[in-house]
Amino acid sequence: MDALDQALMQISAAGLPLVSRPFAALAEQLGTDEATIIHRMQRLAEQGVLRRIAAVPNHYRLGYLFNGMTVWDIRDEALTDVAAAFCQLPFVSHCYQRPRYPDWPYNLFAMIHAKDEATAKDMEARMQQLASEHCRKHTVLYSTRILKKTGLRIPGDQTFAR
Amino acid sequence: MATVLTDIERLLVNRLQDGLPITATPYADIAHELGLTETEVISTIETLLANGVLTRFGPMWQIEKAGGTFTLAALAVPEDDIERVAGIVNAMPEVAHNYLRNHHYNMWFVVATTSDAGCQQVLRTIEDQTGLAVLNLPKQQEFRVHLRFDA
Repeated sequence: MDALDQALMQISAAGLPLVSRPFAALAEQLGTDEATIIHRMQRLAEQGVLRRIAAVPNHYRLGYLFNGMTVWDIRDEALTDVAAAFCQLPFVSHCYQRPRYPDWPYNLFAMIHAKDEATAKDMEARMQQLASEHCRKHTVLYSTRILKKTGLRIPGDQTFAR
Repeated sequence: MATVLTDIERLLVNRLQDGLPITATPYADIAHELGLTETEVISTIETLLANGVLTRFGPMWQIEKAGGTFTLAALAVPEDDIERVAGIVNAMPEVAHNYLRNHHYNMWFVVATTSDAGCQQVLRTIEDQTGLAVLNLPKQQEFRVHLRFDA
């Protein structure tokens, strides 16, 4: 990432301009031209730094009222297999291994989203079946309130290592 | 609580989660693909942002590829202290989102920084200002990221 890439990231943090030529609008703010910005965006996408330019819905407003972070204490030797099984489920959106702590025994996290409680419970039950004897303990943390959801904002005085 | 969407809104909420082409006229391209006009696409996105159906519309960055760090962190906040602690956590620009969840660890937030050192510093600042210990849960392995909601 050079200074222009990073400036592009900062200036577009609030969103892509809603005008016919959004990259021309960004270019004007950055004192460069549209073709340069398009080229930079395409390059960042190829590098994987830019995942995509997309809409992020408020899932509650779309009727997904049960947004659960399922957390599992899976025996280390079975972790990869259980994670692979969870990933086969269409309703699992994110799945990560994270560290355990003395008061936090769970090492596998998987997010689920459902419109009603019965569906969420079914999802949990299907996952429990897949984890079966590899799982010592699990629970589901449902979100009860969104306190902040702005997305990524990098302060102007910080620069990326790469 | 759920918002009733028009046909055009539903079409766009579904299509726009998959990503916009990086071309000079992305809204016109999407309009052409969906049989809409460019003006309809732009004004509908404006409406969806204004009424809160979309929280954001723009580039989504994978900052780890640039040397940055994302971490998930949690706090166990006493019920009567939630507003104060949320104020402190939300005021940090590095906190991308923050949710209350039904657990002893009830406040869950994601910190995005340009370096590991920056991440540690944000978590230390939150601990200093709130007086609470942060549970830091950086991802060790990513198995799947595919978040898509059918509207």
